[in-house]
Parts: sequence; structure tokens; C-alpha cells
Amino acid sequence: MTVTEPVLSLQSVNLELKTPDGYVRILRDVTFDVAPGEIVGVVGESGSGKSMTALTVMRLLPPKARVQAARIGFDGDDLATTSPRALRRVRGKRIGMVFQDPMTSLDPVIQVGRQIDEAYRIHHPGVGRAEARAQTVRMLELVGVPDAANRARQYPHQWSGGMRQRAVIAMALVNDPKLILADEPTTALDATIQAQVLDALARARDELGVAVVLITHDLGVIAQFASRVIVMYAGGVVEVATTRELFEDSRHPYSAALIQSRPGAHRRGEPLVAIPGRPPLMTDLPEGCPFAPRCASPYKSAVCVTDRPELERSVDGRLSACHFRDHHQEVVA
Amino acid sequence: MSALLTVDDLEVHFTARSFTGRKRVIRAVDGVSLEVAEHEALGIIGESGCGKTTTGRAIVQLEPATGGSMHYRGKDVTHLTGSARRAFNAHVQFVFQDPMSSLNPRMTVADIVAEPLRAYGRWNGRAGRDRVSELLDLVGLPPEFGSRYPHQFSGGQRQRIGIARALALEPEMLVLDEPVSALDVSVQAQVLNLLMSLREAQGLTYVMISHDLDVIRHVTDRVAVMYLGVVVETGPADEVLDDPVHPYTAALVSATPPSSPDEKRARIRLQGELPSASNIPSGCRFRTRCWRADEICATVVPPLSPKGDGNRAAACHHPLDLAAPRLREGIATP
Repeated sequence: MTVTEPVLSLQSVNLELKTPDGYVRILRDVTFDVAPGEIVGVVGESGSGKSMTALTVMRLLPPKARVQAARIGFDGDDLATTSPRALRRVRGKRIGMVFQDPMTSLDPVIQVGRQIDEAYRIHHPGVGRAEARAQTVRMLELVGVPDAANRARQYPHQWSGGMRQRAVIAMALVNDPKLILADEPTTALDATIQAQVLDALARARDELGVAVVLITHDLGVIAQFASRVIVMYAGGVVEVATTRELFEDSRHPYSAALIQSRPGAHRRGEPLVAIPGRPPLMTDLPEGCPFAPRCASPYKSAVCVTDRPELERSVDGRLSACHFRDHHQEVVA
Repeated sequence: MSALLTVDDLEVHFTARSFTGRKRVIRAVDGVSLEVAEHEALGIIGESGCGKTTTGRAIVQLEPATGGSMHYRGKDVTHLTGSARRAFNAHVQFVFQDPMSSLNPRMTVADIVAEPLRAYGRWNGRAGRDRVSELLDLVGLPPEFGSRYPHQFSGGQRQRIGIARALALEPEMLVLDEPVSALDVSVQAQVLNLLMSLREAQGLTYVMISHDLDVIRHVTDRVAVMYLGVVVETGPADEVLDDPVHPYTAALVSATPPSSPDEKRARIRLQGELPSASNIPSGCRFRTRCWRADEICATVVPPLSPKGDGNRAAACHHPLDLAAPRLREGIATP
């Protein structure tokens, strides 16, 4: 696939979280790569594990979480074995994060610019205020904040939602990271503002060469901004494909159904292809394929109920976690 | 086409008092006119703060109108109280966006669905229970779920419960406020299918409020596009969304993510943000973000005037050419 060394490489990442009823497995053998400068989309429904995947990479997990991974390769290091101390030099410096709600990332009583300066200075100890501010203003301008030098002296409540999210993106970019993990960065925003913010993220990729993992439930956002897509279901990766492959020729019944279930894929008033039922609870996963109870593939058979399919390549090299990955070619025409 | 509901110049203003005691008037809905024909599905679209939800709530009497008028089957329903309001609400019901906060967690599903029947004195033991089972069945829930509580259901199922409750009094019209936006993609399709088949089977009239243009395009016949408390464009849903006349509609359509990577779309990126509803720009409200605005836009309020074959209307001094290249290409419309 990618000739260059991936900037992020997850290999069999497993996560268990402690609940009152004991440990629950949240991620199961999550495996995918992100190439330098690439925008990769991660899609899935709520509870599919897409956010937990990002939090596991950054090890921003609740107490007593258990991570077991063959490797979380990032820029030459293995984050699965990195000490908490060393991880602090990765978070916010070499990997930036953008969350859904910008107010959770901004302190309401500190000027926006100061917060970005701080993010820069904490990783650049010798740098003075003026130099940090210059970098802050550069980043705010890059993400499209008008009159950045003056607006940097305002407080978050004086900024609109779309502008705040740009500030958070500027903060994520300020240390020239190799990778940005953006978790539903525009879900809280209106359509016209969403487009502006995603443009800002794409511009950062173009100008700084930063790779972006774009976590979203919105397939339209994926279609527009991502070059490759990771589809997650019930804590596992079910398909990895280029965006075009996924939309035109998906190799997993879940991804295919997801694409078919959007109103945009149908003629007006036609019944939509709905996926029956709902995603399984992580505490109560079916024995075999987690999607089997909802799967409408004509190939579904006994093996789907008994054996969990692994993410493997089809004969023509596509990655899918379906026992019948070689058969969907014809079905999903 | 006889209008079931006519809304004329509806205003819903709120007075807010700031921390310093200063009064501000928030003009959430500021002169909205709509017509909904019987059995029609009208979509109201726009971004947060445009007044679409407030308009819907005003229609069902959840917000008092501060100006304008509303008529239902020719009767004035602008300010209803007491029994007149009860009678009206039996015909026009509301479905809330968030199916968790709109269902009482301490009531069983059967009680929730039966509540309108009880409140309207239409409950009579056995027949009532049969009616509840029938309603649950109608929305695709097994009647034995009636003894369970809302927290035992998924978002999609809760929304079905909310719809069953809204249908209990056999209304003619449903006002649906973002009925699927709280739901996961795979579940949205189930609920949209239900809404489409119910409309067909029960001959319902819908006013559906949504920010999701694909949902509106799919389910509704006509749309009204709102911006900052007013309607800026109306017309048949597919025509308006494929060939917008108002620059704001065009921007909204172009900002909506495409449905496939192949779909090419004109990219109109609006500058700036929605102005505050307590400080509305003079003239055309959209002029502060519009790339076509000039002097007249700052002084003269553009009226909603007919465009094209008369099915459509837009409020703009410099509307886009109807013959302009289509914004959306690659959509499956054979």
C-alpha cells in the first residue's frame, strides 16, 4: 500500500475498561496504518470504539484500563511500551488532538492566545513570550482566524463555536506535530461552519504535511476529506479501503449497508436500506461475527455465527473482516 | 391545493435580561409565512439559531406568538387557550428531537403512549390497552415492550415510542423537530422509513424541521429555508436543493458534505458567522455574509417574491440565475 514508513501503525491493539461488572473489552485487535501527510477517516456508530482508539494511542484512558497491543508504532517509537513520562513529550507535541467540543479544550478564563502560547512554550523551554506569540499568530492565521494578533487577546467566550474549534486546531498544530487525531471535530458545528473548519484542517495538512486521523460518524465528511477509511464496528476494524473503494465497491456488508442507508444514496421517497436492529453491547458480544445478527448478505451462513472473522486481505488485496470478503465483489455493485 | 395550515407573518420574540439588567429582545422568529397543504410534507431547514425549531414549537402552541397569525383549516389558531387549545393539539402533535429527555423515565412505555388518551378522556380499559398495542405495532415495536421503561430502549426505539405517543390521538399533522438527528446513521434509515410509510398509511401531513438536507430532500415535498428568523427561500424540495435561487441556500447546499467522493460541487464558503438574533442587520439579514450584497441590500428588506414558474419564491435582491449550472451533480435522479 504505502511505500513510505507509516507515521502511525496500530497492530492488534486491545483495550479493556473496568466497569462495576468487571472488565469489558472495548477494542479488539485494532490494526491500521496512517501514512505521513495522509487524511484517514475512521467511521463507525457510537460505541464502535473509534474514539477509544484515539484515546488509546494517546493513552488518555480511565484508571485501571488495560491496553494490550502488539505495537502502537508512531514515528519510530512504540507507544505501547513508552513510559508515561516520555508519553507527555508525545502528547501535544508530536501528536495533536482535537476534540468535538472546543470548550472542553479551552480554559474560559485565559485568553485564547495565551493558551496556545502555553502549549508551545511547555514543549520549547528556552522560547520567550514574543517568539511563542509569533508562532501562535502564525497558526491562527493558517487556520483562518481573521485579525489573529488582536483576537489572540480575547477570551474563549468572545469567539464563536467555529472560531473556537479553529483555535483548538491551531493549538494542536503549534508544535509542528506529525499527526493530528481529530475526534468528531465538526459534529457540534453548523454545515457552513463545518466546511470552514474542515477546510482549515485540510490546509494544515497541505502546508505542514501533518497526517490527520479524522474520526467521524458522517460519511459525507469522509467522502470529501479522507483519502482512506477505517470502518469500525463493535470495537474492531471491519474494513480498510480507499474512500473511492469504500463508496463504490465495499467488501464488508456493514460498510456497504452504512453507505446504502444514507438518504443521499436513494431516490426521493424510496424506502432506505435500513440496517435492522442495533449495534451489540460490548458486554454481550455475539460469539461469531459481531455484525452477523444484523447482516443481510446472501452469503451469511453458519460460520458467521460461530467464528469471528479476522481483518484479512481478499484475493484482490482488499482488507475486510468478513468470511465472505471474496464474494462481496459482485453483490455490492 | 387547499392549505391545512397557514402561517402569516409569525413573530416569536423573547425578552432576555442580561446580568447588568439591560433588556434585549431576541427576534427568534421575525415574520415567517408558510403554507402547508393537506397530506403534504413541508421541510424547514436552516442552521442553529435560524428559528426553525421555534417556528415548529409556535405552530403547536408550545411558544406563544408575539405577532402575526396562524390558521388551521381556516380557523384562527394563533393564541389558543383551554379547550380550544386541547382540541387543536389533538389534530397537531409534536415529535421531539431528543427521545431521551422527552420520555418520562418513570413511566412504562404503555403508560407513555396511553397518556394522551387519558389526558383527552379517551381511555377506557380494555379498548385503551388494545389501542396502545396497536400503536406500538404501528411504529414497529412488539406490544409486549409496553411494560418496559424508556431506559431499556435504544435511541431509535425511543424515537419510535415518541412517534407512537404523537399518533395516539389520531392527529392530522405532525410537527417533527429533528426526528433523526440524535440517532446513529444505521438507525436513522429505520426511523425515516417508518415516517414515510406512516405518512402514506395514515394520510398524515408533516412539518419536518431538520438541518440535514439529505433527510429533507428524501422525505419532504416542499422546503422553506430559514435564516435568522425569516424564510429566505421556498419551493419544491428537489428544485430548491438542486437549483437554489437564494445565495444562502446555495451556500448551505454547497457546504453539505457530498454523498460520494465523485460528487463535485460548487464550493461556496461563507465568510463570518450568523449574526445575533438580538442585533439583526438592516436590510437583508444575510448581507453581512453574502458575496453578492451591495448598497440596496443594506437598506431595503427584500420581500419573498415568486421565482421561476411561480412554485418557488426567494427573498433576495440579487438572486442566482435559475439556469446556472447545477450545484449538485452525480445525484441519482434518472
